[in-house]
Amino acid sequence: MSLPNITLISFGYFEKELLENTAEAVRNEFHCSVIIREGHIDLSDFFDQTRRQYNANNLLKLVDSLHFPDSIKTLGLFNVDLFIPILTFIFGQAFLGGRCGIASLYRVSNERYGMPEDNQLLLNRFKKEVIHELGHTFGLIHCHNPTCVMRSSTYVEDIDQKNQQLCPNCRAEIDF
Amino acid sequence: MARKISILIVDDEESVRDSLFNWFLEDGFRVECAENAKKALTILESDQFDIILADIKMPGMDGLEMLRRIKSLKSDAIVIVMTAFATVDTAVKALKDGAYDYVTKPFDPDDLTHLIRNATKQISLTDENETLKKKVVSLENVEDLIGESEAMKDMLREVESVAQTNSSIIITGESGTGKELVARAIHANSPRKFFPFVSVHCGALTESLLESELFGHEKGAFTGAMYNRKGRFEMADSGSIFLDEIATISTKMQVELLRVLESKTFMRVGGNKEISSDFRVICATNKDLKNMVENGTFREDLFYRLNVVNIHIPPLRDRKDDIPLLVDYFIKKYCTSMNKPPAAIDSSALKRLQEFNFPGNIRELENMIERAIVVGDGKKIGLKDLPLEKTFVSSSAESLDDFEKAFVLQILNKYSWNISRTAKALKVDRVTLYHKIKKYDLKPSDQ
Repeated sequence: MSLPNITLISFGYFEKELLENTAEAVRNEFHCSVIIREGHIDLSDFFDQTRRQYNANNLLKLVDSLHFPDSIKTLGLFNVDLFIPILTFIFGQAFLGGRCGIASLYRVSNERYGMPEDNQLLLNRFKKEVIHELGHTFGLIHCHNPTCVMRSSTYVEDIDQKNQQLCPNCRAEIDF
Repeated sequence: MARKISILIVDDEESVRDSLFNWFLEDGFRVECAENAKKALTILESDQFDIILADIKMPGMDGLEMLRRIKSLKSDAIVIVMTAFATVDTAVKALKDGAYDYVTKPFDPDDLTHLIRNATKQISLTDENETLKKKVVSLENVEDLIGESEAMKDMLREVESVAQTNSSIIITGESGTGKELVARAIHANSPRKFFPFVSVHCGALTESLLESELFGHEKGAFTGAMYNRKGRFEMADSGSIFLDEIATISTKMQVELLRVLESKTFMRVGGNKEISSDFRVICATNKDLKNMVENGTFREDLFYRLNVVNIHIPPLRDRKDDIPLLVDYFIKKYCTSMNKPPAAIDSSALKRLQEFNFPGNIRELENMIERAIVVGDGKKIGLKDLPLEKTFVSSSAESLDDFEKAFVLQILNKYSWNISRTAKALKVDRVTLYHKIKKYDLKPSDQ
C-alpha cells in the first residue's frame, strides 16, 4: 500500500534546497510522501493597502480551493508578510482538522530583526513552522510541552526554543 | 484535570470573528461567535462562557452597553473589550464598567496570548478558590462543642458513632443548644467530610421559596427565575444537607421531602429532567415531633424516615458543670477576636452564672460573655458586667406568683430595700409594694 501524499505548494521565489529540506523534514515527521508543487498567482490581489501586508484568510481560502486528488493535505508556502484582521502579523495558519494551511518565510529570517543572515536557522525555523501548521490540519491544538513543535509561537525566539518534532502525546493523537 | 476554557467572540466583522475563532480553536479553547450584542446576550442566557471578547463599536447595542448588561447578570464575568478606535476615554469607561482589559485592533499575537493566558489563570484561581472554600466550610472545626459533663460526653460518643454511618439523623434540643454545631460535627467526622455541608433554615423560608431553594429551578419557572439554579439537594451531592427547624415545613413539602429521601432523585422547579444526588440528611428541631405526629401536623412516614437516629442535646441547665469550661472558652474566643488581652472571670460572677438557668442556653451564655468583654474593663469580668439582672429572675419560677415574688425581691435588693425607689422602679405606688411584700412574706434577709 502506498503512503498518502502531502503537497507543499510554493508561491513566489524559494530556494530549491530549502524546499527539499523542508519536504524531507515533513516526510520524516508525518511518514508521508511529499510532493513539491509551484503555484502561480497574482499576489497583489491579496495585498491590503492599509496594512501593507497580505491577507492570510484570503490566501488560506485560495489554497483550500486548489484540489490535488493525490494529496491528503496541502500547505501553501509564501514569502510575504501575512496578517489576519485582528492581529498585527502571523507566521502561518491552517484549518484545524482541515485539508490545508499556509506558512510564510517572511517573518522567520534573522535579517528582518536586524540580525546577521543565518540560512541554517532560517531553514530550521521554516521547517518547524511548516510542520506546526500541518499538525493543525491533522487536528492537533497547541501543546504545552515546551519542546513540542505544536507549542504556540508568537515570536521567532519562541520557534527557536522548540524542536521540529511532535511530542509523544501529539504523535499519539494523530491517526496515520 | 483542568476544564476546557470557553470564549465567546462578539464582533460585527465576519473576518475578525473567523480569525479569532481559528486562533482560539488552535489553542484548544471552546469557541463561539456572535455578530452582535443582542445575539451574544441570547447565547449567554442559555450557555456560560469564561471569557467574552467583545468589540466596542457595533451596530445596534454597542460593546459598552453589552458589557454593563453582562456585568449586571454575572458580576464576575471576564469581558475583554476591543476597538479599532482607541481613546483613553473609552478605555477608562470600559474598565470602570468592569471590563477585564482593553485592547486596540489589530493586536500583537503575543499580546493576545498573554491577555488570554492571564484571564485563564484568573479563572483557574477562581475555580480553585471556590473548591477550597467549599472544602474549608465542610471541614469547619468543631471546637465549639465544649463540655465534660456526663450528659455532654454521652452525646459526643453518640455523634462519633453515628458519623460513620449514612443514616438520617434528627437532632433535638432547646433553642440555643448548638444543634447546627452538632450537625457540622457529624459531617466533619463522616466519610463525606471532603464534600459540601449544606445548611437550610426551613423556618426562614416560605413554602415556594423553600421548594426552589431545595430543588433548584429552571430558567422561567417563575417570575424572576432568569437563570437555571441548582438546589441545595443538588449542591449537597456526596456531602450532607442540614435541614434546620424541620417541624416548620408545610404538609405539601413533607410529601415532597419524603419522596426525595426515598428515591434520592428530584426535578428542579419548572424542570422535567430527573436529577439524582447522593446526600445524607441531618435535621434539627426544638419541637416534639412525636407529639406533632400524634396531632397529625407532621407525617408519620416522614418522621420514621428521618428519625433513624435521634441525638438529644441537653439544655445548659442540665449540665451546669460545663459552664466554667464554656465561659473560659468564650472569653478566649472574644478576647482574641476583639484584640483584647486575655480576661478572667470573678468567682462570684461565675457562681451567679452557674446558678442562672439560661433559658436561651449556650447562645445566651455566649452573648453574655461577649457583652461583658465589650463593656468590661478588660481585666476581670465581674457581676456588674453580666446582664443577669436584666434577665429578671431565675427561670425556676413555675407560676406567675413565683415569678412576681422573685422579681419584686430582686428589685428590692437592688435598691437596698428603699421602698420609695423600689416602687418607682417597679412603676407602682408604695401601698402596692407593701401589699406585695406582705403577700409574699418578703424579708431583707431573702437574698
